This record gives sequence, C-alpha cells and structure tokens, in this order.
Amino acid sequence: MGAVFGVAVLMLVFLGQDWADALFWILAAILIIAGLLVVTMRDIIRCGLAMIVCFGALAAIYVLMGAPFIGAAQVIVYIGAISVLILFAIMLTQTKDAPARLVFQTQAGAAAIASVIIAIVIALAVVATDWAPSAVRFEVDTDAMARLLFTDFVFPLEIVSVILLAAVVGGIFLAKREPGGPS
Amino acid sequence: MSDNLDAYLILSGLLFAIGSFGFLARRNAISMLMSIELMLNAVNLSIVAFGAFIPDLGAQGAVIALMVMAVAAGEVTVGLAIVIAIYRNKRTPLVDEYDAMRR
Repeated sequence: MGAVFGVAVLMLVFLGQDWADALFWILAAILIIAGLLVVTMRDIIRCGLAMIVCFGALAAIYVLMGAPFIGAAQVIVYIGAISVLILFAIMLTQTKDAPARLVFQTQAGAAAIASVIIAIVIALAVVATDWAPSAVRFEVDTDAMARLLFTDFVFPLEIVSVILLAAVVGGIFLAKREPGGPS
Repeated sequence: MSDNLDAYLILSGLLFAIGSFGFLARRNAISMLMSIELMLNAVNLSIVAFGAFIPDLGAQGAVIALMVMAVAAGEVTVGLAIVIAIYRNKRTPLVDEYDAMRR
C-alpha cells in the first residue's frame, strides 16, 4: 500500500518530465541522503552500509551519464573491494562502548558551518562559470578509452600499477602482527 | 536536468561538502576514511561529468577517473592498515585519543 502510494506520488511529481530527468532526481536524492547518513549515523557498521548505497547510486549516475564502463568499475572497485575492506576494518576495530559514546568531535558545529559554506561556494562557482559544454551529452566510447589508456596515458597507467603494488605491500607490512609485539 | 552539466557539478559539490563535514566532525578514524572516500567520489563524479559534456576532452575524463579510482584503492588500503596498526597499540579507533605525540 505504501509502495503503491509512493509510486503514485513519484509519477505525479515526474509527470511532465523526461524519464532520464526523473531517474537523475531519484538517484541524486539517494546519493545525498545516503551520504548524509554516512556522516551522521551513530552505528559505524550502518555508516558503512549507507556508504555502499551511496556508491551504488553513484554508479547508476555514471551509467545515466553515458559512461557505463566507469559505472562498472565503480561497482567492482568501490562496492566490491573498498567497501568490503572498510567493513572488515570496522569489525576489527570495533569496541563495545564505541557506538554508545560521542560520535562527533567538539568542533562539529564549526565543521557543519564550514561545509555548508563549501557547498554554497562550489554551487556559486559552478553556476557563475561558463563551461562551454556541448548541448547534448555524448556516450563515453569504451574503445576510445582503451586506446587512450595504452597510448597517451600509458605512463600514468604504469605509475598507478606501481603505486597499487606499493600500497598492497605497505598495507600488509603495516597491518602485520609482529612476533613478540602487542597482540 | 540530466542533460545539464551544472546539475552534475552541483551534485558533486554537495557530496564533497558532506564528505568534508564528516572528515572534520567524526571521531572515529574509519569514519574519517569513509568521508575521504565520499570526497574522492565527488571529485570523480565531476571529472566524469566534464568528460561526458565537453567534447574536446573525449574519453580522457573517463581515463582520469579510472586512475583516481585506482589511487583511491591504494590510499584506503594503506589508511586502513595504519588504523588497524594504531588500534592494536592504543585499543581505540577514536582519533582524539591518539595523543601520544602531544603529551
């Protein structure tokens, strides 16, 4: 019943609009609400789950924008790898009294004001600047992407692969339990 | 709206502001890392939006976004390893109790 009502309201709201616009609004709402939940919820496990929702909405926005390969990479890298890593780290560092205690620092009010100012400044800058965009959005060609990746961007690609290797080795070294050290 | 570059950029700005709030305000180190991920995603969104709307860029926006994703994966790996290593010594994930260098 509630779902039917919700769908009816959504159809009324988006009656005169394009379906792509409706999808954009829904996905943007999911993205922003999930992002707010990530930074405000008490239970950090739920923050992690809200972060997965946020990344999923962002992947859908990439697909809507005409970059399906980036959307797929977002799902694989962020939802498949980074979120799982963060959830594991949460489980490894969870203490019994952590959720019950204060979630925010004392400077949370100042931080809220600062981030609202950041949002307003970015919005003003975006609106005031003429980016000279094309009237229509065009699909990001995956074939052209692959060619670019192995011609113009081959040096950054190799650098990134070395960075990943170094990060993996460094992560193992840092998180490794030393024999005789604190358990 | 979905054919408008400004809408995507403002959305990205909002997500960046949310992430910066989380980074400044949360006490838990892993929450701060999650906020950094939100900010990186916001930047990625704006990069892909530029790539999709400005014809001169072609596929370069998407390629740069892929690079950002790979570097973000490396960053979160090292960051979480550091958090776990500190947790093993201090027994708390809260950053305001990491005051060993201040005393």
